[in-house]
Amino acid sequence: MKQSIRVMVNGEEHTSEVEPRTLLVTYLRENLDLTGTHIGCDTGQCGACTVTLNGQPVKSCMVLAVQADGAKVETVESLAANGTYHPIQQAFWDKHGLQCGFCTPGMMMAAVGLLARNPNPSEAEIREQLEGNLCRCTGYQNIVAAVQSAAEAMRRQPVGAGGAAGGEEA
Amino acid sequence: MSVTRMFGASVKRREDPRLITGDGQFTDDFKLPGMLQMTMLRSPYAHARIKSIDTSKAKALPGVRAVFTAKDLEGVGPVPCAWLIPDSDLKVPTYTALAGEKVRFVGDAVAIVVADDSYIADDALDLITVEYEELPVVTNQEAALKAGAPQLYDDIPNNEVFHWKFRNGDADGALQRAEVRVKQRFVQQRLVPNAMEPRSAIADWNAGAGELTFYNTTQNPHIVRFMISATQGIPENKIRVLARDVGGGFGSKIPFYAGDALTIFASRKLKRPVRWTEDRRENYVATIHGRDQIIDVEMGADRDGKVTGLKVTNYANMGAHLSMAAPGVPTWLFALIVPGCYTIQDYACDVHGVVTNTTPTDAYRGAGRPEAAFLIERMMDLLAGKLHMDPVDVRRKNFIPASAFPYTSGGTLAYDSGDYEKTLDLALKMVDYEGFRQQQAEARAHGKHLGLGLSTYVEVCGLAPSKAAGAMGFQGGLWEPATVRVLATGKVIVLTGTSPHGQGEETTFAQLVAEELGVPVEDIDVVHGDTNAIPMGWGTYGSRSTAVGGTAIYKATQKVIDKGKKLAAHLLEASVDDITHDHGRYYVAGSPQKVKTIQDIALMANLAWDLPEGMTPGLEENHFHDPTNFTFPFGAHICTVEVDEETGEVKILRYIAVDDVGRVINPMIVDGQVHGGVLQGIGQALYEHAIYDDRGNLVTGSMLDYTVPNATQAPHIETARTETPCPHNLTGVKGVGETGTIASTQAVVNAVCDALAPLGITNIDMPLTPERVWRAIQVARAGGTGVTMDAR
Repeated sequence: MKQSIRVMVNGEEHTSEVEPRTLLVTYLRENLDLTGTHIGCDTGQCGACTVTLNGQPVKSCMVLAVQADGAKVETVESLAANGTYHPIQQAFWDKHGLQCGFCTPGMMMAAVGLLARNPNPSEAEIREQLEGNLCRCTGYQNIVAAVQSAAEAMRRQPVGAGGAAGGEEA
Repeated sequence: MSVTRMFGASVKRREDPRLITGDGQFTDDFKLPGMLQMTMLRSPYAHARIKSIDTSKAKALPGVRAVFTAKDLEGVGPVPCAWLIPDSDLKVPTYTALAGEKVRFVGDAVAIVVADDSYIADDALDLITVEYEELPVVTNQEAALKAGAPQLYDDIPNNEVFHWKFRNGDADGALQRAEVRVKQRFVQQRLVPNAMEPRSAIADWNAGAGELTFYNTTQNPHIVRFMISATQGIPENKIRVLARDVGGGFGSKIPFYAGDALTIFASRKLKRPVRWTEDRRENYVATIHGRDQIIDVEMGADRDGKVTGLKVTNYANMGAHLSMAAPGVPTWLFALIVPGCYTIQDYACDVHGVVTNTTPTDAYRGAGRPEAAFLIERMMDLLAGKLHMDPVDVRRKNFIPASAFPYTSGGTLAYDSGDYEKTLDLALKMVDYEGFRQQQAEARAHGKHLGLGLSTYVEVCGLAPSKAAGAMGFQGGLWEPATVRVLATGKVIVLTGTSPHGQGEETTFAQLVAEELGVPVEDIDVVHGDTNAIPMGWGTYGSRSTAVGGTAIYKATQKVIDKGKKLAAHLLEASVDDITHDHGRYYVAGSPQKVKTIQDIALMANLAWDLPEGMTPGLEENHFHDPTNFTFPFGAHICTVEVDEETGEVKILRYIAVDDVGRVINPMIVDGQVHGGVLQGIGQALYEHAIYDDRGNLVTGSMLDYTVPNATQAPHIETARTETPCPHNLTGVKGVGETGTIASTQAVVNAVCDALAPLGITNIDMPLTPERVWRAIQVARAGGTGVTMDAR
């Protein structure tokens, strides 16, 4: 019944046996112990489980683990690199973009995808493109401010271009 | 070493580094050796007799370790109700963790499966056959009270579980004598709290030691411990409750739930750790709901706008069972604050608690106080409309003047401090009130509907003097303990019995200690959510953590400073009375060059090589703080809207929140609390509604159908503050966790009704969806005046 999959998760290759029905989010949390990706609704409505699949943000409760076979998956655990926060992490911290922190990993991964598509989004664009990620604590105001701040930081110094991303030590 | 003033600084949050890296520890993140997974079979019927349950096929499924039904639950006590309101003929129906003879709402649990993983457990649920005999259903509280309505419990006639009364002065007489009277019915629609983290529990029973470790997503771990010991037959000292990171609560994580009890039962029975995490569908039907009250109001006033009397009758839908704090919500937490920031003394309130075939209701952000603030602020606008007065003037006419504090309100509360004119003035200035009225008049001339809604609120929080808790029938105290422990290296551990889950007290409390003790904020760790580490605690809700828990910490810190002073005097060979303490530096007054820092003192206290006669080693102090009063934050919120007459759509133009929450420790965090609270109130005003069909199915049973507001539906919120310190705690703080939700709903509805006033519309029941607003406009166009659109 089980199927063998090979997935590159946060730069590390994993070969696993999974049931075809196993959701990607279950695989990440239960098989790989990457519990930074949260399950808020398991029906694709809240976005807490957002990760990137081959660079595109996806809700990992809407993807089967077998669909990630041969793919590259990045989770919140991948954001800080070389001991330095990713600009989106730094901005969420600086701007008080989180309260309980449950939606935050998914929110940040969605924002990373947004900024890859549109490095200089307007406030309205940020709000529209984060529509699929729900937060019950912040009223979104400081999340929007955080994404704007990260966008500015990343325009100044693109991530991966010339070492540190400009954040504090993680 | 930098010694900085921390009170009033927007320090970045200490809790964030773990949360932005994915290193938070939410309950479902824990994986214990040998852990099994539990799932629950829930009733698809709102009211039915259980004729038989066949679990044999489920039990036979490989990977299933056990299936339990009600008859197996030996030693599992009822799901507790712990707010036993006095003098109300309260009846608490027995709520068994699994339904035995009857199910009473869609979502009532009938069986549990424990299996190797959640997928197998879910498969097994499908293999359980339950034979139900459907019974007539009632979901509306007024219908449930009528003769001939379906009866949920044999021993509760007319489904009425309590009739609670409050009287002050002579409301009937005042209304009889009043020159004008305004009557209105308000419907506080049912809401779903929607904490982003679903509920979750892991029970780890150690049979040899007779000890339970219980990981739980809760707002009050010590209350959970208390409830486990009271209902599960485990001594309180053998229970450790851990609430590490908790993904939001908003009241929904106060109660001790059936699922919690069942996880413990399963772990004890199987001698393995058992984890249970609800999915969002379960969260919608089996975690508590909020509000659901139908409120009739009559207000009397003089022709000049002075309110003289107020009568309120509240029909509160309690759902199928009485949840843990539920009876206190529509009664004490609602009724006492109804007169608001006004000098209304002749006031009466009746509250009927009613059981129906719906999910139990309980405290949801604000809990009773949003309903009260909505009522009084809507009534002030209706009165202004009736008298053709400006709503600002009606409010000013009735404000408790700043000179009158402390003031005993019509709800018999001792309002501590306030200056209602000041917050209103600032809000009016920010919105440019005169300018807006002019703009509104011009827009009206062009057939456009602009509106402005005021909400001048006061709320009661900082729960509470324990004596008051006892008098209200709350089965607990509401004091808070604190421990401040300075280690040999000068680092500080603070223990708090409050249990923050997004409010940022790991930072706020560290700031409070840093300010007093003079150590850097990054040297202070605030520990919460572990009943074995922390002496006691009543948790985080009712905007109490900083006012009550913070004051306990403040006082414990002062004790540390005092002990340090004695040791400093000894080491400096001076008299204690001559020692000055100034932000972490002890010195003899007049010779500040000879200094012992708090770090020096901490080292010497912990080494104990040379202590003064009679001094005990270590530098650690406890304080158990019981507040002498509630606190009373207040403010003025103003919302401006444009309503599209053709589509009924409401667009928020500006949202201004002027709050006075006493002294502010961290303005960034306080702003964040306001933003989130305001959006939750706007959510109630415009979007959110838990709707049942006639058979008791929750029609809006998902985040999309229900409409949890998303980023495009959230306006930009302009915040400002005045600071009127709380006079009865030493920190001057009041509380901010619920102000946004308490203040905002009526600001939006008042704005919409103001916009549509030229059409003769005076009331539309929430949520003000485009459909509802559009329908109200159609009725008004067809010739109705004084149009009110009812939800039902």
